[in-house]
Formats: sequence, C-alpha cells, structure tokens
Amino acid sequence: MLSRLAACAALLLSTATADAFTAYVTNEKDNTVSVIDGTTMTVTKTIKVGQRPRGITLAKNGEWLLICASDDNTVQVFNARTLEFIKNLPSGPDPELFVLHPTGNPLYIANEDDNIVTVVDIDSGKVLTEISVGVEPEGMGINPAGTVLVNTSETTNMAHFIDTATNQTTDHVLVDARPRYAEFTPDGSQVWVSSEIGGTVSVIDVQTRQPIGKVSFQINGVNADAIQPVGVRITRDGKRAFIALGPANRVAVVDVATLKVERYLLVGQRVWQLAFTPDEKQLFTTNGTSNDVSIIDVEKLRVTKSVKVGRYPWGVVVAPF
Amino acid sequence: MEECEARRRIHRSRAVCALAIALAVGVPWLMGGPSGAHAQSPPATPPGIIDILLIRETAAKPAPLSLLDIPPQDEGLAGAKLAIADNNNTGRFLNQQFRLDVLADAAPDVLVAEAQKRVAQGQRFLVLAVQPRTVLMLADALKGQDALLFNAGAPDENLREEDCRANVLHTGPSRTMLADALAQYLVWKQWRRWFLIVGPQPEDMAFAAAMRRAATRFGARIVEDRAFPVETGSRRADGGHEQIQQQIPLFTQNAAAHDVVVVADEAGQFGEYLPFRTWDARPVAGTQGLTPASWHPALEQWGATQFQNRFARSAGRTMRPQDYDVWLAVRSLGEAAARTRATDFSAIAARLRSPEFEVAGFKGQKLTFRDWNGQLREPILLGTPKLPVTVSPQPGFLHQFSELDTLGIDRPETKCRLPARAGPAAK
Repeated sequence: MLSRLAACAALLLSTATADAFTAYVTNEKDNTVSVIDGTTMTVTKTIKVGQRPRGITLAKNGEWLLICASDDNTVQVFNARTLEFIKNLPSGPDPELFVLHPTGNPLYIANEDDNIVTVVDIDSGKVLTEISVGVEPEGMGINPAGTVLVNTSETTNMAHFIDTATNQTTDHVLVDARPRYAEFTPDGSQVWVSSEIGGTVSVIDVQTRQPIGKVSFQINGVNADAIQPVGVRITRDGKRAFIALGPANRVAVVDVATLKVERYLLVGQRVWQLAFTPDEKQLFTTNGTSNDVSIIDVEKLRVTKSVKVGRYPWGVVVAPF
Repeated sequence: MEECEARRRIHRSRAVCALAIALAVGVPWLMGGPSGAHAQSPPATPPGIIDILLIRETAAKPAPLSLLDIPPQDEGLAGAKLAIADNNNTGRFLNQQFRLDVLADAAPDVLVAEAQKRVAQGQRFLVLAVQPRTVLMLADALKGQDALLFNAGAPDENLREEDCRANVLHTGPSRTMLADALAQYLVWKQWRRWFLIVGPQPEDMAFAAAMRRAATRFGARIVEDRAFPVETGSRRADGGHEQIQQQIPLFTQNAAAHDVVVVADEAGQFGEYLPFRTWDARPVAGTQGLTPASWHPALEQWGATQFQNRFARSAGRTMRPQDYDVWLAVRSLGEAAARTRATDFSAIAARLRSPEFEVAGFKGQKLTFRDWNGQLREPILLGTPKLPVTVSPQPGFLHQFSELDTLGIDRPETKCRLPARAGPAAK
C-alpha cells in the first residue's frame, strides 16, 4: 500500500515536471498578458503590456517573451520567467504578427499598416531591413531550415515568398480572400495559408510555389459565411493540422495527407490563434469574443477546459517551464 | 500552366529596365516609394493597364443643418484613389497597373457626352457617383458597348428593379437594404411600434416607403405617420434653438403610443432636430439618430482599423459611405483582374458576373453580386454619429441561401428582368 502510494506520488511528481509549462495570452482590448500555470490551468498573473497586444512568441530558448504592441508601434521584450520588462524592439508601424528565425535571430515582423515586413536583430535592437509586400501584411511563417519566409497580405490576397538570404520577395501566390496565417509543415515541403473571408486553407508546395490543394469546411447548422479560418498549427509528426475557424467557434482537425476534416471541436467564440503545449498533448485556443481560452486534448480530440482570461484574447504561446 | 509561365517570365528579368519603365509609365510604387533595401524590382514586360473612369456629378446640394455635415470636396474620389493604390499594390506582383481618370461636371448631359467619348477612346470601367437619373442616362447611352458601369451611391430601388440595366452593377446599398437593416434591429430590440415622420422630398418619401415595407416584412407597426412640412423660410425648420425647442415637441405631440421615432429626411432638412426634442422620450432612428449605412467612420472590426488608417493618411479625413461604395467598385475591379490575371474587358466583366466572384470589404464576410440585378450583397452598419451600434442582418433573420438576402428586395420579388447571363444560375 505504502509502496503503491509512493509509486503514485512519484508518478504524479514526474508527470508534473514533464508537463510543466506556462501559457501566455495577449488580451487585445485590455493591454495585458494573462499568464496561465500549466499545472493548475489557472491564471496566476496578469501583466500590463503595451497597447493592443496581438502577436506573441518566445525567444532565447524561451527566456524572452516577445509581444507585438500594435498601437505602440513596438515589440516589447519581457523576461518570460520573472515577467519583468526588458526592452522595446523597433518594429515598424502597427506590428501584428511575427516569426523568429529558427536559429533564434532575426525577428520578421508583419507591419499591417504599412505594407512591409520589418527584419529586426533582437540582440542589437536594430532594424536590418524592410521588405515590401502586399496590402495589410499579417501572417508570417518560416520553413524549418530558415531559408524561406512566407508573409500573407490580407487585402492583396497573396502569400509572398521571401528568400531569407537576400531578404527579397521571390514569388507571389494568390490565395483566397484575406489570408491570415502561414504555417509550414514540419518537413518544410508545404506551407498552409488560411483565408479568413475565402473560408479555406490553401496548401502551397514550397518547391514549386504552386497551390497543390485546398482545405474546405462544412459544419451542419453553421452558415458558411461564419466559417473563417485563422490560426493553423500542425503536429510535429506532420500528420494533423488544427485550424481555428473564427466565428464558427470551432477548431477543425485536418488530416494533412488527405486534406480532409476529421472532426470539428466546439470551443469559445471567435477562436483566433492556437498553441501546442511543449509535449504536444494539449492545444490552447484564444477565443476573442468569449474572453477565454479553450484547452484541447490533442490525443482524444476533446475540449477539456476553458480558462477565463482578459478581454479579446488574441495570441497565445506556451513556454516549457 | 499559363499562370506559371507568366510568373516565371516576370521573375526572370526584374532588374534590367526597371527605371526606364518606371519613368515611362510612372509606376506609382517606384515614385516616392520605398528605397534601397525593400524596393521591389519591377517586371520587365510593361504592365497590363486597367483604366477606370470615375464620373462625379457635382450639382449643388442644399446646405446641411450641421456644420459638421458639410460634405468634403473629394467625397467618393478619395475612396477611388485609395482603391487604386490598393489595386496597384497587388497589381505590381501580377504585372497589372490601374489608372484613375475623373470626369466631374454638374450637368448630366455633359457627363453623358463626355463618357461616350471616353468609352469610344477605350475606357471600359466607369464608376458613377451621380444622381439616379444620370445613372440611367449613362447606362442607356452606353448600352451594347464594351463598358461596365458601377453605381456607387444612388440608393434608388428602381435602378435595381423596373429600371435595372444589364450593364450596371451596384456597390452602394439600395434603400430597401438600408431600411431592412434598420428594421431588423428595431424588431430585435422589440421596438415594434414606430412613429414615422416623413419629409417632403421625393427621396424622403422613398425612404419612408422602404420603412413601411420593412415594417410589414419584419413584424413592426407604424402607429403614427406624419408629414413634416419643410419650406424655405419655414417656421419649423428655421430659427435658433429657442424656436426648435418649442416646435419639435409640438409637432410630435399626441402621437399614438410608440417605441421609436423613425425619421425619413434624406435631404437632412429637419431630422437632426428630432433627437432630445420629441414630446415623448423616445429614441430616433432612420435618416438621423440611429442610421443605416454602408460604412461608418469609426468601424474597427474585421481589420477595418488598418483600412480606416490608410484612408485617413491618404485623404486627410475620415471615410464616408460614398467613399466606401466607390472604393468597393474599384476594388471589385482589382479583385476580378487579379483572379483572372487579365486586363481585357470581357474577362474582367465575366469574372465580376460569375458565381466565383467575391470581394472582401472589411465587413467580416465575403461580398458577392446578386445575379438577378447586379446588386452587391453586403452587411449594413447601423450607427450613431460617433460609433457603430450594430451590423445587420441581425441574428435570427434567416434565409435559405444567404442571410444577406434578408436585406433588400429578394430574387422572388424582383421586378428586374435581365437577359439570362452565361454560367449557372447562382443559388
């Protein structure tokens, strides 16, 4: 009995450490970031950040928390553990989303108000260059090798391919209306681009720069106009994609090989961005109009919990501690 | 395959005669555009040109009651300029260039004669910011020619109904769309008893008729219907606040029990006097108070913030509904040209009329044209002067094909009989 208890305790302890993580959620209307403890799944802290925080990511092996403070025209850097403010990075006007080079530097920032992508060295805090793209740049994705960057422009309706060696655009692929997000498959062979108004996700072959498929959605009882794909996340094994469908209040689970939707998971309202936990067992969704995040069990494909955060949760990132 | 080839051609060559072409055709994105690091190398083949003609009827309108409502000189034009810039930003990646030409005059005859001349010279796409009669004059004068007209402003129902024309698309909402949008919200609010106050102008009567139709359609009742007499030098409309403060309560006295005052005063001659002055404490909606429109200058949803900012930077003021209607017309052309990668009239016009056509307009859903009369389906914003209040269609107003078709005259009711168009009939 005692030994069983001890084993139990040991198991609990080990899972606790293995599963330890912290989720950070930007609240667009509150100018705050909610910090969620992964063990208790509760908001443990809410920190004040710049105005209209949207895109959020980690840098320096998770030590830095980077936040697009869109209305302050800056990217803010916080210590991810202590939550102390470190510095501001130049971002160009109205930074919305960004992506870090796989080597950890530089940072590529979409400037929604200015038709450019700004490239910033996060150590020196210097703008390295600006890349001219279409109207209202938003989605940012980079291949695992760090050689190809894709930016989507919402009003131009294109995925712009950028060569990271030269920082020049090389190809412009038309997709459906209002492309929001670009996500590479883990093998770097495809990039998935969600089109919010078009209601589809285009799959583009990275080698040929040609669209090779499209994911479409149909949900009984939900008007097609309300199905608006935004955030996309693909599992590390490259098998499954999770796609946030905005005001359809669902996350679609898609088989990457066949591009068929396996299931729709009902989450909070206007689901926007997604983030896996480090062990990829759970997925966080930000639900803009219901002011909460939903947590999805990735194996069972079930929504297990919702956690109330601030107003208009927008972006989410999870750190492995 | 063709697309692929074209793109390769574009990319092959970039740097070579960049400057020469830029100087020759005045490519806007190189002139005063970004320098050095993020300058986009242009294609070597000359871009395909898409010319758009904006026609503005500049007849004097009566002065508005409020100094805040004096229309800007470039109303509509500013929307066209922004859309051209947006189109060109996309066009530079597709080797397409959009050019705007403007025709402005107070006399419809002059506009028609000049438009005919321009079409003979090769103009194909005309965006109209003109009076309803002038829309018909232009449509008839250009009938059968390679010219497509966009009515961007005249809300008159007859242009979409008995007087509909095969060569006209409408990007501004019709009066019944506006009235239905407002009515749905009033019914959603359970403000079902309406006190209708109607001005003397034909447009006022038309708006009132649209509200009466909407009441029947959505289950509201007009419990009181009064005509507001406006005459030049009228005792009611003139004078300082002392008189208005006496006259409006008097005019609205002894009305049947009502939930809301609905005012029909498109000319803006008295409606602004109603809020806070009615005999009974009731909200005012219609052409003043809570108003339906295609655009609101403070809309921030659906990415509209960036759009509003872009407009403000380019025009130096906030966006008005007519700017938006014109922007949508020019953007629709840009969208059709981008999707077809074409610059010729027939391909672009066919795309605009095809069931595949859709355009994003910062309203949270795709906008499409009704195939039976060329009217753009679009959500309608209801707002007070400072802020949007809601967006119609309202929840619960359902439709078998598109909820946007709960706004305005629907397919089964239409009086428009256009010759059957190519392609499958839209659902």
